[in-house]
Amino acid sequence: MELELKGITKRFGSLVANDRIDLAVAPGQVHAMLGENGAGKTTLMNVLYGLLQPDDGEILLDGKAVRFHSPRDAIAAGIGMVHQHFMLVPVFTVAENVTLGIEETNRSGLLDRRKARRDVGELSRRYGLEIDPDALVEDLPVGIQQRVEIVKALVRQATVLILDEPTAVLTPAETDDLFRIIKQLKDGGTSVVFISHKLKEVQTIADTITVLRRGAVVGERPPTATEDELASLMVGRNVQLRVSKEQAKPGEVVLDVSGLTVADQTGRVRVNGLSFQVRAGEILGVAGVQGNGQTELCEALMGLRPAASGHVRLDGHDLTHATPAQRLRAGLAYVPEDRQEDGLISDFSVADNMVLDQFDRPPFASGINLNLGAIASNAAELVREFDVRTTSAQVPVGTLSGGNQQKVILARELGREHKVLVASQPTRGLDVGSIEFVHRRIVEQRDHGVAVLIVSAELDEIYALADRIAVMYEGKITGFRPPTVPAEELGLLMAGGSDEVYSPAPGQQETEIATPTPGAGTPGAGQ
Amino acid sequence: MSEQTPEPPPGSSPADPDPGGQGPVVPEPAAALAEVAASSPENPEALPENPEAPVDRYSRGRFLLTAVVEGNSFTVTILAIVTALVVGGLLNAFTNTTVLHAWGNLFSAPGNAFAQAWDTAAGAYVELFEGSIFNPHTVAALFQQASIGTAIHDGYLSAVFSPLSETCVQATPLILAGLAVALPYQAGMFNIGGQSQFIGGAIVATYLGYGVNLPVVIHVVVCVLGGFVGGAAIGWLVGELKARTGAHEVIVTIMLNYVMQYFLAYLLSYHYLMQGPSSTNQITANIAGNAHLPLLFGSNLRINAGFLIALACAAGIWWLLNRTTTGFEFRAIGKNPSAARVAGINVERNWVLVMLIAAGLAGLAGSAVVQGTDFSLNFQSYGTYGIDAITVALLGRGRPAGVVFAGLLFGALHAGAPLMQAVTGTPVDMVEVLQAVIVLFVAAPPLIRAIFRLRAARAGGVSLVLSKGWNS
Repeated sequence: MELELKGITKRFGSLVANDRIDLAVAPGQVHAMLGENGAGKTTLMNVLYGLLQPDDGEILLDGKAVRFHSPRDAIAAGIGMVHQHFMLVPVFTVAENVTLGIEETNRSGLLDRRKARRDVGELSRRYGLEIDPDALVEDLPVGIQQRVEIVKALVRQATVLILDEPTAVLTPAETDDLFRIIKQLKDGGTSVVFISHKLKEVQTIADTITVLRRGAVVGERPPTATEDELASLMVGRNVQLRVSKEQAKPGEVVLDVSGLTVADQTGRVRVNGLSFQVRAGEILGVAGVQGNGQTELCEALMGLRPAASGHVRLDGHDLTHATPAQRLRAGLAYVPEDRQEDGLISDFSVADNMVLDQFDRPPFASGINLNLGAIASNAAELVREFDVRTTSAQVPVGTLSGGNQQKVILARELGREHKVLVASQPTRGLDVGSIEFVHRRIVEQRDHGVAVLIVSAELDEIYALADRIAVMYEGKITGFRPPTVPAEELGLLMAGGSDEVYSPAPGQQETEIATPTPGAGTPGAGQ
Repeated sequence: MSEQTPEPPPGSSPADPDPGGQGPVVPEPAAALAEVAASSPENPEALPENPEAPVDRYSRGRFLLTAVVEGNSFTVTILAIVTALVVGGLLNAFTNTTVLHAWGNLFSAPGNAFAQAWDTAAGAYVELFEGSIFNPHTVAALFQQASIGTAIHDGYLSAVFSPLSETCVQATPLILAGLAVALPYQAGMFNIGGQSQFIGGAIVATYLGYGVNLPVVIHVVVCVLGGFVGGAAIGWLVGELKARTGAHEVIVTIMLNYVMQYFLAYLLSYHYLMQGPSSTNQITANIAGNAHLPLLFGSNLRINAGFLIALACAAGIWWLLNRTTTGFEFRAIGKNPSAARVAGINVERNWVLVMLIAAGLAGLAGSAVVQGTDFSLNFQSYGTYGIDAITVALLGRGRPAGVVFAGLLFGALHAGAPLMQAVTGTPVDMVEVLQAVIVLFVAAPPLIRAIFRLRAARAGGVSLVLSKGWNS
């Protein structure tokens, strides 16, 4: 089926979210929509999916103009969408989720579960999705949940599949699997609209790349276009993809972790006797496939999860059993992995979020009285300093874009006195412009003599920032390397190969993620 | 999406230049944002950053207009009350045998049918009004008196204010108990235990009222404080159980309602416990005169210092929530406990503190009833305050000022009900129906918007808690 959008315009009040957008998706093509957060990609797709009505312009399917009043119409016309946040019922099985809303009954009027299971199994085989129809969705890793969403669309005979930021939640291995699936869908004649702001991915998977900026199409490029070209199209100016930084001048050891062991809620050891040191003025990058204990490590460092054994020292002071508040006071700054959940209170104003961990101290409070004036002026100052794009510091922080939310967190954490910065996935889900900003700030911190610990699943980020790389695998550090180490070697360490002879079959990690055994619980998935 | 205060338009700066009359021409980024958010709630991208957009500056009048047209929470609440009155009137009219008879003859005497229905519905509301706010007959009687002196002395003046006084008296425990639900709501908890906490407060206040002898002033203060402590003890238990074991406060409070109800019955069943010495009924002795809450306007009006305590508590809770670090922590754990924890806030300790304060307020409601109007405690003194408190808090959208207004409204309904029944024969249960229907409509903003054809706007507050449930 050929899909064409002509002159689609969508306004919200005075704001033009989509400005006369033209787009043509040929059958069996992967068409990437590239743009920063807020460029209007999602609005456009919501128009296409019938969630929003365009103010102007038309949608053509095989040359015929159609109007979608609701997603129901869009689905009937063969358009499927996989949202960034999955729309699955966690306690239902895969088959139940897939048939939800289009349940079929057998002769006796009961749900035809067998047919549902058969359908899922068949589709799964045809596209190599490897989904167990009987697995409970909540037991599945994120990557598999996404496949369930894809199957949901396919069962409804989607010939155009919209994937909204599909890789934002995936590990590198899961991303590779997704790309394999997309290729198979494409070979089967399905068109895929791939929304992303990640240049590399778009170049890998797309047949055509349409770049959006501020609601308008600013260009269409083949996937052979250079990264720099795409980035400047997207941002509207030249972007520095590599952070320029001087050689690190490491000072004294500030953060000293020795023999740290941490267990998760179920008692399983997730961080196993970890030891490392971070010196003032250096960035230690912790690389590794997500779910190998990085989350637990950060939580243990911040006192959000008790350490089973080992020590955490800051400037020689033992913080192993300190509360989160004590650690923050001692000079730890923390940028959490999940900023919506752990970093911000989205209903609170920008100003309140900027004092979230120091509202009870002067100058923001005297006794138990909040000093609203000081909170407001602090916010005004930080908004300016960190270039937070918001209409006012009094709006709920949840209305800001992801990049600006992250700036609010950085402003808060870096705005107070600190000796150590722990940043987990600091640029996840951010657009190129914001990534540049965040990276620059982090390097700036290092240059000011802060000891920085970066945890990231993105190798690019580790390479861009780290002065020293530690690779984590199954709760242990498999090796320290300088940032000049080739990616292959890091990849080997990430898959469990270590300095010692101990070296299980490389690639084991991937197979584990891909196998949807309920209960086996791929580490970190589904959280 | 939440609204902390109804007045200032979201995102307006205090230094708003307020250009006044040019309202409708001014573009409205905030409204546009709200619309985007409403259309695709989980899309961060659908809220585009737009630094060039004109900064929000729209006048207060304009805000009021949008509020009405878009049906924000305040408008919805008012319209819900109006709708409930209409529904209640219809219900009242069409369960009345005279009216039904008249409608049986609709085609022979259509005028009569409508007149009967109107008279029945309106008559009940008129009496409700006269019983709760203002009764013109009392004014007429007042002016027939020879002199102002006799009018005051014979109680004609106080008769004029008697309905308002009754409204305040009825509203007092409702406001206090309503706050006991509203405060935990702000901290993300649902307090169903108003009843048990009320009983706890009432038991302590009553015991201190008849069991000890203290000088004037001091006695009443001790009893009121005792009421707070009696309630707070129950709340502390709830908070502590939640903090230490994770026991859900809804379950615990509901169960404690039963526990306290039977504990009270037990206390009232034995003379050596709290049963009055000369009584065979389940009732305590009367509390000492020194323990009575002082009347505010003479012996003819029942309005007492309890009402002032309720208002002071509402103001105090507002101050606590919005102006103190403690309140900041309460709101933070209410909106996002994990982010609060990461920011170093001790979530568990706050749970205990919230429940303790809230339950203390419910205990004060118990003390206000015992010390203000009843002067003794029986096995039914707790009435339906525990449940009414939830409705009051919902109608007040979980905010102290809202709770005061909702408490006064329900207080007025309760105060007017007896006169309504006496004069028009409409059962007092009518009031319960009105309460229920009001809350029903408040809880279903889309319904109200559909009825009044308002544009969907920011959904907020109560609908959220109802549609999302306890654990969200």
